[in-house]
This record gives sequence, structure tokens and C-alpha cells, in this order.
Amino acid sequence: MKLLRDTWLLYQRQLLLMWRSPIWLFFALAQPVTYLFLFAPFLQKALLPMGASTIQDAYNIYVPGLLVVMCFYTGLFAGFGLVAELRMGILERARVTPISRSALLLGRAARDVTAMLIQCALITILSVPFGLTVPLPNLLVAYALLTIIGLMAAAISYDIALTIKNENALGSLLNSIGQPIALLAGVLLPLAIAPVWIQKLALANPFSWATNSVRALFWGSLTDPVVWQGTLIVSVLAVVTVLLSVRLYSRNIR
Amino acid sequence: MIQANQLRKSYRTKRRRQTTTVDAVRGVDLSVTEGEIFGFLGPNGAGKTTTLRMLATLLDPDGGQAHIAGVDLRANPAGVRAVIGYVAQGGGTWDEVSAREELVLQGRMHGLSKAEAQQRTHAALQAFQLDEYGDRWCKTYSGGQRRRLDIALGVIHRPKVLFLDEPTAGLDPQSRAHMWEEVRRLRSEGMTVFLTTHYLDEADALCDRIAIIDYGRIVAEGTPEELKRDISGDVVMIGLDEPTTRAEEVLKDKRYVLKLESVGETGLRLYVDAGETAIPHVMRELNDNGITLSTIALHRPSLDDVFLTKTGRSLRES
Repeated sequence: MKLLRDTWLLYQRQLLLMWRSPIWLFFALAQPVTYLFLFAPFLQKALLPMGASTIQDAYNIYVPGLLVVMCFYTGLFAGFGLVAELRMGILERARVTPISRSALLLGRAARDVTAMLIQCALITILSVPFGLTVPLPNLLVAYALLTIIGLMAAAISYDIALTIKNENALGSLLNSIGQPIALLAGVLLPLAIAPVWIQKLALANPFSWATNSVRALFWGSLTDPVVWQGTLIVSVLAVVTVLLSVRLYSRNIR
Repeated sequence: MIQANQLRKSYRTKRRRQTTTVDAVRGVDLSVTEGEIFGFLGPNGAGKTTTLRMLATLLDPDGGQAHIAGVDLRANPAGVRAVIGYVAQGGGTWDEVSAREELVLQGRMHGLSKAEAQQRTHAALQAFQLDEYGDRWCKTYSGGQRRRLDIALGVIHRPKVLFLDEPTAGLDPQSRAHMWEEVRRLRSEGMTVFLTTHYLDEADALCDRIAIIDYGRIVAEGTPEELKRDISGDVVMIGLDEPTTRAEEVLKDKRYVLKLESVGETGLRLYVDAGETAIPHVMRELNDNGITLSTIALHRPSLDDVFLTKTGRSLRES
């Protein structure tokens, strides 16, 4: 109960901060929008083997990948905000109060997930004029899955941030682990057109399962087995990583 | 109100694969009574902040014990947090939030209801003369306003003990004076204040009692007056137009001169109990013997002299 109250308290503060400096939204969207306008249009031919016969099909295959990579990267860079708050002394101020330590982290995580969902909604809306069509139930399930993906990425990022506590090192480290994970998740081009050895390697990448699930949902099949498989894998990992970062945080921030 | 026995803390630093241990605090004993402004004076790196952070539950001591308002620091840090307020050296607020919003949040982080937090915020903004700027964003605040907000945040839950880390570092003289007033006001409301400082005048003017720390150990403790009295009385410096031999002869057996040292060819340093009564005597004595004084000056011992006596260094140099 106290955990919920405290988390809500800090979530409200984080939302207020987000609202007060909306510039983050511009930076967060600049890259995905560029991809949407300048990369997606020439995908139609590349995606022919996947069954993309029209430009609409191409967008239905590409946009889910874009959403996954956006949530993944937004989450992965969430650690920066945490390190900044450490440096600003916000956490020190909070630490001498009886507030729940876990709430300090969860309030932040909730903000980061909210930011992701706003980005996802905007990208989805922007894709509609290009012919993106997706049934509403599928879209909602996809968003739930994206939330979990983002939460997991954020938790991983917090873990790393709490371990190294240095913004400069954090940037290059996150980039170097983010890139291969994103590529092996088939976010730019589906793995179905990748060499077999890459496809096999991707099986070990939970984000690849997640991408396949979201893509299946956008393609219209709520019942594709990959949907529940991907959801299960990502959910289990998200629970583990979040618990881990809450533990690490409580120990660091006491 | 604060009792510390043999508090210790060391840090391990790694450099070129060599681990060196730095003993930041090497056994600190402290006793602070209720309603007192206690100053912790020392040069940078002496262990002031480390001690403060240990007492404020932010750092685990490696050894020793402490009780704050009767609560065992190591056994019950959460209990200690309920009775203390802590204000760090700087920072601690978000830029794009107003003082009012920060104060309400701080109250709520301490478990107050929304209405109660708002009510206390209103009172705090008035008490700290911030109501005029209460709704402006923190990043627009001047140094003095910032520090007042920091302290207001630290006392929103009405703690028994307030820890202040360098409360006036970097402030202009006027803001410093204002800060001192705030600290005295809190004391008059019954709060015990424990602050660190490296300003001699601050320790002297503001604190009821001080402890001087150097290299992680307390080298002196008492009221500023006690400490200064302990090391010596006043010093009268005189300068003559002639060699000091005759003057030394005249002054050396006088009752009020504790000790006499020559400085160079024509200077004398007289250690006396009370400078203001010694000066007329000295002047008359020299005059009667036909010795001409060219300069005379009174030097009162400062806390810097205390520090110099105890550590062999000047605080201003370190």
C-alpha cells in the first residue's frame, strides 16, 4: 500500500517534469519519424519475400519493428535520467526521508514507460496516412507488449547505470550493446530474409521474439502462437530484470 | 541529542590496480546537547562531510556507535530518519519545479497527507521569506534563496535534529547573515542544529559549541571562547624606533606580561591576559623610561590560532 502511494507520488512528479519540458518528445520522435518517411517507402521491394505486395503491407511490416526499436532504445537510455538525478542530489534528498526505495525507482520507470507509449501512439497515428491498418484489439495487445519490452530495457539500463554511475561511459556502453540486440531482433528488416545462421542466433534474443509478436499482431493475427510465446518470454524476463534493478537500487540507495 | 562514540569510516580507492585505503574518519567522539548549534570546523577533506553523512544515515560507519535523539543509528536507521532533517551541500531539487511543489512533495515523502503538506508548505514559505517566489521555478533562484529553500525542505517534517552541510558556502555576506538568522530561529524553536563549516567567523559567531576536526580526528572541542582562552591570552605587538633591549628590560618583570618575545630588531610581542588593560600600562611604562613607541597593536586569538596550535597548520592555508 505504501509502495503504491509512494510510487504514485513520484510518478506524478515525473509526469510534471515531462510536461514542463516537452522538448524530449521532439528528440525522441525525430529519428523514428525520419525512418518512417525516408526509409520505409523503399521497403516494399525488399519485403516482397515476406508477402508485402503493396506499400501498405510494407508499412504493416515495418512500423511494428520501428515501435519495438523505439521502446527498446527509450528504455535503454532511461538510465541517463537516473544518473542525472543521482548527480543532482535528488536521490540523496529522498534517501533521508522514509519513502519507499523501490518507489523511487518504480516512479521513474512508470514515467519512462509513459513516454514510450506516447511516442508509440504518435508514430502509429503518423503511419495511418501511409496505409497502416491494424485492428484495435491487436493494437492494444501490441501496446501492452511494447510496455513490457520498454520496461525490461529500462530495467537493464538502470542496472547498468547503477553499476557504473558515469554518464559518459554509459552512453557508449549502451550503444554498443543496443545495436547488436536491435539488429538481431530484426527491427529494420525482418529476420525471415536473413541468412540462416543469423536466424538461429536471433532465437536466443528475447527482443527478436518480441518483435515477431508485435509484427504478427500488426499483420492481423492475434492467435499466431508467436504472440503468446513472445509475450511469455518478455514478461518473465521483464519481471526478473525489474526485480533485479529494484534490489540493486535498494542496496545502492538504501 | 547526538552521541557518537569512535565513529570510523574508510574508503578504498583503486588506482593502477593498487588498492589504497583512505581513513576519512578515524574515531570521532561527539556529544551535542539539545537546542544547541554545534559547529564542525575543519579544512576540506578533514572528514566533516563523511561524519555528517554517517550521522544522517547516508553512509554506513565501519565502526563505532551513535545515538540520535536516543535512537541507535546502526540498529535503527529508519528510526533516525524520522527525527532528523538533512541538507546537503548543494542541489537536491529539480530545475523546473517551484519551491511550493518541492515542499509539498517533501512533506508527502515524509508521509504527510496532501492537505497537511500544503499547510506546512504555506507556513514554511512564509517563515523562510520565500512566499514571494514560492511559485517560481527553482532554477531561477538566487544562491541565498536556494539555500533557504534547501533548509525549508530539510525541516518540513519538523525534525528534532537538523544536519547542515556547509550551509553558507559560496554565499554573499548578506545572504550568509540571513542564513545565520534562519539557523538561530530554528534553534529558538527548539531544534538542535549540527552544521559543518570551514569558515572561522561562522563557527565563531553562529555556533554555541564547536569541534575542530583534522585528518579524521577531533583535535579540540568546546565553546569558541573556551577554545580561544585555552591556547593563550591576547598578544600586544609593539614596534620601537630603537633596539628592543631597553624596552625588554623595563617590561619583562611586569605582572601583566606573561611572556615576551622579540620580533626582529625593533619589534616586541607581549603575551598578556587582557590586551585592553595591558596597553595603557605598556604605553605609560615605556614613556616614563623615555622609550619612544612607533607602533602598537592588539591581536586577539582567533579560532585559526586554535587550529594552528592544535595542528601546526593554519586553517586558511590548508
